[in-house]
Amino acid sequence: MTVEFSKAGRLLIVIMNGDLDHCSSEEIRYKIEKEYKRINAKNILFDFSNVNFMDSSGIGMIIGRYKKIEINGGKVAVTCINENIRKIFEMSGLFKIIENVDDKNEAIKKFSMGGF
Amino acid sequence: MDYDNEIELVLSSNPKNEAVARVSVSSFIMELNPSMSELTDVRTAVSEAVTNSIIHGYENKKGRIYIKCAIKDRTVYISVEDRGVGIKDVEKAMLPLYTSKPELERSGMGFTVMQTFMDSLEVISEENKGTKVFMEKSISKEVLNETLI
Repeated sequence: MTVEFSKAGRLLIVIMNGDLDHCSSEEIRYKIEKEYKRINAKNILFDFSNVNFMDSSGIGMIIGRYKKIEINGGKVAVTCINENIRKIFEMSGLFKIIENVDDKNEAIKKFSMGGF
Repeated sequence: MDYDNEIELVLSSNPKNEAVARVSVSSFIMELNPSMSELTDVRTAVSEAVTNSIIHGYENKKGRIYIKCAIKDRTVYISVEDRGVGIKDVEKAMLPLYTSKPELERSGMGFTVMQTFMDSLEVISEENKGTKVFMEKSISKEVLNETLI
């Protein structure tokens, strides 16, 4: 898996390409942490447009980021998840703490309004 | 059982092999023309089982993972086995959100995913001997495109 970053204010956008499993979660976790600190981000949006497959390790990685940033009032959102990934999100109850947004603009809007 | 087709894979407990296991099992069951959803269910369950062997069975140390996959009629039979540390309390390990390694950012959903995505799941484990996971899933009959009938 490769990962690219972009930002909108203090929102870090994590664009993932490939399968999100245990192996790739370990790889990208540190990159995300590093970038989050580097740009002094507050919130994170995970863009799943180019992720076809995710297993429960992906859930672990996302909950991990949530726990770290919520201490500082940060929020996590996801966008563009496919049907199979949605099933795993629903199964683990992740949508109770993480918002599923239509796109980057909705995330920016919700975060800036202090929503969720 | 006299299977229609079978494969056996032996993988080292390298996390890179999670993808290898998924791709191999997916290719093997393609002969049944599974739906996209069925294919992903099997792929995800295999990924969970292999990940468990790597993280929990071998605790990230070197070991071998043995995968058997067979087809009889339209049912897929999969076993994933490791010779690792085993599970002390299988019932507890299978509880949703339970993880024995909270420090590793695990979701504790591995067995729940296997259970939900497959028709059956059986876990046999012995401490210091290893763990074997059996899973079955029947693949629905191909839906004929009505416009062609």
